[in-house]
Amino acid sequence: MSARKKDSEITWQDIDIGAVIRTPGNAAEYKTGDWRSDKPTWNKDRCIKCGICYLYCPEGCIRRDEKGFFEADFYYCKGCGICARECWTQAITMGPEEQ
Amino acid sequence: MAMVGMEGSLAMAEAARLANVDVVAAYPITPQTHIVERLAEMVANGELNASYIPVESEHSAMSACLGSSAAGARTFTATAGQGLELMHEVLYVASGLRLPIVMGVANRALSCPLSVWGDHSDVMAVRDTGWIQVFAENGQQAFDLTLCAFRIAEDPKVLFPVMVHIDGFHLSHVVEPLYLMEQEQVNSFLPPFSYPFPLDPDTPVTMGAFTVPILYSEARKSMETALRSTRVIINHIFADFARVSGRQYSAVEQYRSDDADTLLLTMGSYSQIAMDAVDQLRDRGEKVGLIRLRLWRPFPFDELRQAVENCQTLVVLDRCVSPAGPPGPVCSEVKAALYSQKKRPNVAGFIGGLGGRDLTPAEFVQMVERGRVIAAEGGEEIEMIGVRG
Repeated sequence: MSARKKDSEITWQDIDIGAVIRTPGNAAEYKTGDWRSDKPTWNKDRCIKCGICYLYCPEGCIRRDEKGFFEADFYYCKGCGICARECWTQAITMGPEEQ
Repeated sequence: MAMVGMEGSLAMAEAARLANVDVVAAYPITPQTHIVERLAEMVANGELNASYIPVESEHSAMSACLGSSAAGARTFTATAGQGLELMHEVLYVASGLRLPIVMGVANRALSCPLSVWGDHSDVMAVRDTGWIQVFAENGQQAFDLTLCAFRIAEDPKVLFPVMVHIDGFHLSHVVEPLYLMEQEQVNSFLPPFSYPFPLDPDTPVTMGAFTVPILYSEARKSMETALRSTRVIINHIFADFARVSGRQYSAVEQYRSDDADTLLLTMGSYSQIAMDAVDQLRDRGEKVGLIRLRLWRPFPFDELRQAVENCQTLVVLDRCVSPAGPPGPVCSEVKAALYSQKKRPNVAGFIGGLGGRDLTPAEFVQMVERGRVIAAEGGEEIEMIGVRG
């Protein structure tokens, strides 16, 4: 399948035999961040840098910054809230996505 | 090549052996068991150099076939009835991925009540799985069409899985005289298999990926268009098979139909009984002929329309009930195919031959006579032939 066209421009003639994708790993291009209605926010005063949020994130979109704190990649974060639920020190709070 | 006496199931296994299949993944189920049993024997005693995967269910059989076919291996399996239903969801994956798996189906009735005997209930339930489907009517065709199936499935312009239907017991278990083929003949007809996107670590591809709503329709249109376009290629392959074997098959085959005012239409082994009925009616001076639908998918619209355009009455036999629906899946499809035609016959549908019930030539004669009345009246009633009460 053509990786260069936008999804909305791909025609049925562009689909490869068996709808195989010849550019493996292109699921990374798929934005899931726009599914989000609630957004996690980290309070660095409460964070003990334990990394439990990083371990539990089902999307694998939480990363560690150079100071050892954690943050979400909002291109992928679906706002599921698991990180906030699991955080031992309640350092993560879920709040409405800004419009 | 000398004529041999052989069971339809074993003839199909011989075809798979001559096609030199690489992988057989199968689960035994009556009345298909002899096919995979014979193949297991061939692998065990060195007649066939293939991997035989004895799986724990038909769902797993078809899943294993997906993997082996995707890796570029020539793949065969066989099943019947409930086994075909257990495979159901995986059948769509095989066609969606365009994997040229060949499967023999010894057509069997579906439970409940439990029946191991033949009818087309299992076939009709997998009608829309996107497989090419051909019907054999005798042991020779079980052999021939299995070889054709490999060639069709693997043609670079086709790449679809193919089901070869043989009626349970009437074909799978009956010993008939038939001609096998020499290995050289088969080799000249069936080139080595080459899949365009095989699973290969050096050129990775993603198969069976998640598809979002903005792309799913395009993927289905692509697949459906490809399946529809295989019609012409199948004709060419049948012609090429005639070159090597001397036996010519067509999507729609006719018997004494030239000047017929009434035509019967059948699929599978009962075509042979229907031919006897046609002979009897012809002896009485009646202009009756027979249409045998060899190719069920892709549906041969043009050939069918052409074959029936000059008759007044078309009598269709279904070996499957569509409960509370139109009178039989084959009949309703035939009617749908003819609806757009300015010149079309009246169509009457009968259901018979369920769960292994024999149909006699006399019953086909009865269908012709009764069919003329129903067709003229435009009746939609479901008539079951040979049912008591």
